[in-house]
Amino acid sequence: MSKKEFFPMDGDRTKYPEIKSDGTADIDLSSHKYIKLWHGPNHPGITGNMAVELTLCGDEVVEGITHVGYLHRGFEKLMERRKYIQNFPLVCRIAVPEPDYNEYNYATCIENLTGIDVPEKGMWLRTLTLEMARLQGFLMWIGGMAGAIGFGTVGQWANYCRDLVLDRFEELTGGRIYHIYILPGGVRNDIPEGFKDRMEKNLREIEGFMKDIRRAFFDNYVFKKRSVGVGYIDPAWVFDYGIVGPNARAAGFKHDIRKNYPYAKYAELDFEITTAKDSDIYTRAFLRFEELLKDIDLIRQILDKMPEKGDHISKVSNMMNLKIPAGETYVRSECTRGEYGYYLVADGSEYPRRVNVRGPSYTHGVALLEKMLVNVNIADVAQLMVSLHTYPPEIER
Amino acid sequence: MLENIISELEKQFQLEAVDHNSSDLVFLTIDRDHAVMAIDLLKWKFGYKHFVLLTAVDFLEEGKFQLTYILNNPDTKTDIGVRVRIDREDANMVSAHHLWPTVATYQRELKEMFGIDFPGSPRLNDPFILEGWEGTPPYRRDFDTKAFAASFYHQREGRTTNDPATYMKEKLYPNE
Repeated sequence: MSKKEFFPMDGDRTKYPEIKSDGTADIDLSSHKYIKLWHGPNHPGITGNMAVELTLCGDEVVEGITHVGYLHRGFEKLMERRKYIQNFPLVCRIAVPEPDYNEYNYATCIENLTGIDVPEKGMWLRTLTLEMARLQGFLMWIGGMAGAIGFGTVGQWANYCRDLVLDRFEELTGGRIYHIYILPGGVRNDIPEGFKDRMEKNLREIEGFMKDIRRAFFDNYVFKKRSVGVGYIDPAWVFDYGIVGPNARAAGFKHDIRKNYPYAKYAELDFEITTAKDSDIYTRAFLRFEELLKDIDLIRQILDKMPEKGDHISKVSNMMNLKIPAGETYVRSECTRGEYGYYLVADGSEYPRRVNVRGPSYTHGVALLEKMLVNVNIADVAQLMVSLHTYPPEIER
Repeated sequence: MLENIISELEKQFQLEAVDHNSSDLVFLTIDRDHAVMAIDLLKWKFGYKHFVLLTAVDFLEEGKFQLTYILNNPDTKTDIGVRVRIDREDANMVSAHHLWPTVATYQRELKEMFGIDFPGSPRLNDPFILEGWEGTPPYRRDFDTKAFAASFYHQREGRTTNDPATYMKEKLYPNE
């Protein structure tokens, strides 16, 4: 297959629009060659509340501009006015489908700056919740990806499976979506009796559904026809555009923070970094599917290796009025979308001076998406966006 | 590893402070005019090619903003945080978008949220999160959130409670 056939949208841009000397496209709307179309903020193919302002020439996108701000609640500003412990109900809302990474990073920042230790079992329970968050995050993503191109049934199966994981979250933490489970010094509750057996039953059911999803979705001719060769990420863009996680691994970049910068108990788990090389929508989708299956295996490993006895949280005195000495730190972890980081600056008071959240969507959803949208067919915009797996609250936190 | 890089940097730039956070994370402070040159050197010579983040910290009482660039070397698995102190009154900084295209997004956000100028950065004045914002940039510490909320949003009256029997009687049979 020639390159032209394999990448049908990598076409000739010499006619429309003309490129000006500063590198931007010369788009004259009054020429009637182009139309403006707002894709979102409420659209089934949009990941959350964000909009893309498209300029179309026929059915081809010539320019796309990301617009965010529909969910802006000023998290980082709010955190500066609250005591350290009061921020836990806030941070989890920055990435709604995966709140645990916010809790983990924020708690670890506090622990780094204060020297609070986390007991062995607390670390294992953190690792368990982080992997459960990854599993349900991928399941929700499959629902979104399938829904974006019309596979609604597959989306329902995936969301049913996610509900099974949320059941276990509810049992472990008391909450289905927001858990506020990870605290400085460990986790809030110990694991309930019989949790392992119930989790194993859920994992088996999910594995059964994954076989169906693979047959119905990933082996599907229509999905392959629409996604192979579309939405190509050049490996040379990885550092230029801050591409991380599955988007980078699908472009051949072997990088996983769980492996390269082992945190929590990942150093004691047996897994390999998943990579691929074709770097199109299908490759990214299938790589996430493979990571999902590995997450199931990792949850089993964690439950097998976790000690039955031991403290789940260390004693921290006067947490409500915790003062952190002046200093700063950066903590990262690997969520479903890649590097999730927290930069915390303390000034010696009871309030953080500054908390900055580095979400993977910040780079994927703005600079990278705007670059990738050029020359894409209007019908592929939704699946292209979902294939980058962006959460808008991370961009406008 | 990090010590070697810092000693190399010290030969070329005047480092105002070096704080070792851990064995693989160090924060250093460089003056405004040389910071982007140091970042350039870290990227091309020392392999800090992964741009992690750029953000600002407002030290209102000192009249300064601190810009923090965190860079990562995926080969040595180390991070360097480059800190730059700039005046709050004349908040502008040399743009680094030529090193990583994605830096322009961070700079655009800092212009909007902190009012820090990065001359030459693409689409710097395009609205990013806020639209049509006027006045003090909202992430500055002297921005009064309470006064803004009181003036911008309609204040709802508190809830009232009624005795159901009396309320329904007055509503259904107001003339009796």
